[in-house]
Amino acid sequence: MAYDKFNILTSSAVPLSIENVDTDQIIPARFLKATERKGFGDNLFRDWRYNPDNSPKRDFVLNDPTYSGKILVGGKNFGSGSSREHAAWAVYDYGFRCVVSSFFADIFRNNCLNIGVLPVQVSTAFSEKIFSAIASDPNTELEINLPEQTITLKSTGESESFDINSYKKDNMLNGFDDIDYLVKMKSEIEDFATTRPF
Amino acid sequence: MSKTLFDKVWDSHVVRNINDGPDVFFIDRHFIHEVTSPVAFLGVKSRNNTVLYPERTFATADHNTPTINQHLPVEDPLSANQLKALEENAAEWGISHWGLGHRNNGIVHVVGPENGITLPGATIVCGDSHTSTHGAFGAIAFGIGTSEVEMVLTTQCIMQPKPKKMRINVNGKLGFGVTSKDVALYIIAKLTTSGATGYFVEYAGDVFENMTMEGRMTVCNLSIEMGARGGMIAPDEKTFEYIKGRTHTPKAAAWDTAMEYWKTLKTEEGAFFDKELTFNASDIEPMITYGTNPGMGMGITNNIPNASDVEGGDATYKKSLGYMEFSEGDSMIGKEVDFVFLGSCTNGRIEDFRAFASIVEGRKKADNITAWLVPGSHIVEDKIKEEGLLDIITEAGFTLREPGCSACLAMNDDKVPSGKLAVSTSNRNFEGRQGPGSRTLLASPLVAAATAVTGVVTDPRTLLK
Repeated sequence: MAYDKFNILTSSAVPLSIENVDTDQIIPARFLKATERKGFGDNLFRDWRYNPDNSPKRDFVLNDPTYSGKILVGGKNFGSGSSREHAAWAVYDYGFRCVVSSFFADIFRNNCLNIGVLPVQVSTAFSEKIFSAIASDPNTELEINLPEQTITLKSTGESESFDINSYKKDNMLNGFDDIDYLVKMKSEIEDFATTRPF
Repeated sequence: MSKTLFDKVWDSHVVRNINDGPDVFFIDRHFIHEVTSPVAFLGVKSRNNTVLYPERTFATADHNTPTINQHLPVEDPLSANQLKALEENAAEWGISHWGLGHRNNGIVHVVGPENGITLPGATIVCGDSHTSTHGAFGAIAFGIGTSEVEMVLTTQCIMQPKPKKMRINVNGKLGFGVTSKDVALYIIAKLTTSGATGYFVEYAGDVFENMTMEGRMTVCNLSIEMGARGGMIAPDEKTFEYIKGRTHTPKAAAWDTAMEYWKTLKTEEGAFFDKELTFNASDIEPMITYGTNPGMGMGITNNIPNASDVEGGDATYKKSLGYMEFSEGDSMIGKEVDFVFLGSCTNGRIEDFRAFASIVEGRKKADNITAWLVPGSHIVEDKIKEEGLLDIITEAGFTLREPGCSACLAMNDDKVPSGKLAVSTSNRNFEGRQGPGSRTLLASPLVAAATAVTGVVTDPRTLLK
């Protein structure tokens, strides 16, 4: 098993209603110098979260004790830019298991799925509902139901379904990853490789 | 059914198709560098796997390397540790390694094509989003995460759903002082940074046909900045001429066989695209960005748009201009600049240095400008010297540094200080990209050169002969 299984997650959420959040903001390049996958959560949103003297920026949402939970709700086009998987590691290491957005950048979405963070894409209207629900009650809970592929605002019961292909869904439910799958078909790959001209 | 260039290359690399899931996708060539590979090698070991085809992976050190005194030990212990890990992992598994000081060392997306590793019809990945560069040769090339680097090392495959297809046509003749960089920044400004997310792009039309291979690489490199996984251009005589005789290209009979295949790599008449866009070359000016993503760009003679005239959230737009210390309606021309960076996988090739030299020749670097001129590789560096460009730029008061990614992502010491403004030929103007608090204006090598000699943002057409 490559990572924690994901089934149903019920949690309050942390709202970050900024669009085009790029992976350089999620984790700046100067924190990519480790050779092990450890401690990236400390530098999640480093330059939005801390002043140059390392004191916390009071107005940033991760420093506001009003908000907590295992779900991060981001604005449109979340995770654009660099392919650094460190961004997904930082999100996971900080304690998030799910990111909700009305639109994800491709590589970030892929990286999340590969390490066991569930990206949930919702409609713009539902995204707005989530932000306003959290604004009126920071403790409001979201239920992410992977088997049913639904996201529900617990306070109002409003719900929306989300997409995930059945292969990735099965992986998330069981904590499998692509390497487990690929290694099992190695001889088929080796046969294929003999047909490649270069 | 008629096929696109992309269909032809993609379909010929599918090992297995999973129902309601991704394709098991075979990778011909795999590049690795020091930053995104160490954890992948740890994974190979911890699962008791091996590297299946070490001869299909190529390692080069570039992201955190210093650009001066490369013959001395790397001072930053964390960077040194990553470089050591790359060297040791490559040695352990029998992977080609071009470390600091190696003649072939340089930025992964510059040295791949230079050494003939990049070929038409190939599939190429690297743990770096600008892997899209290699699409200039008619390859399918894109960036991957570290988990996928481990997949390629272990099985030479990744698992990817086939993206949708977009064709972007640019027709006509580019104006005076308008370069491939401007074409790319123009398209990104039109599409926004998420306009091509979920798509793979084919660039077509006479503007790309008439472009040099260097120019095509610049365009394909920036595909990721509009959200596309990659972009590609059909190979033609120019492509074949570029790759012929390079170290890793097929030779003799293998070349002839390859050529037969490569000549079939074209989109057929009537092939389906999910989306098609067409632009006129004559509408494109030298471009410059004014915000904190590459989609926030405009013709250099324009003024910064009002929030009400742009797509997206008002709050996000104002946050971005606030960071840049700019206001709606500002003109960019004449703004005082502190740093100029020529280099990166976007604009660190010989053509970019020729363009820069064409403007600074006979002029002097402005006193207020700190300039970093960083070639993409030692091969580029050698050409700069051979062609006499070094004399021109030295005479103008500039110095040439050693190859690497440098100030594009500022993982080494080439950091723009907080609050300072840089005109940069790189690919990202994100907050703090070139150093914490740095402010970046993306532009072509011509705009960078014009700014470097005047000290303020300058339209290069006013200085070009």
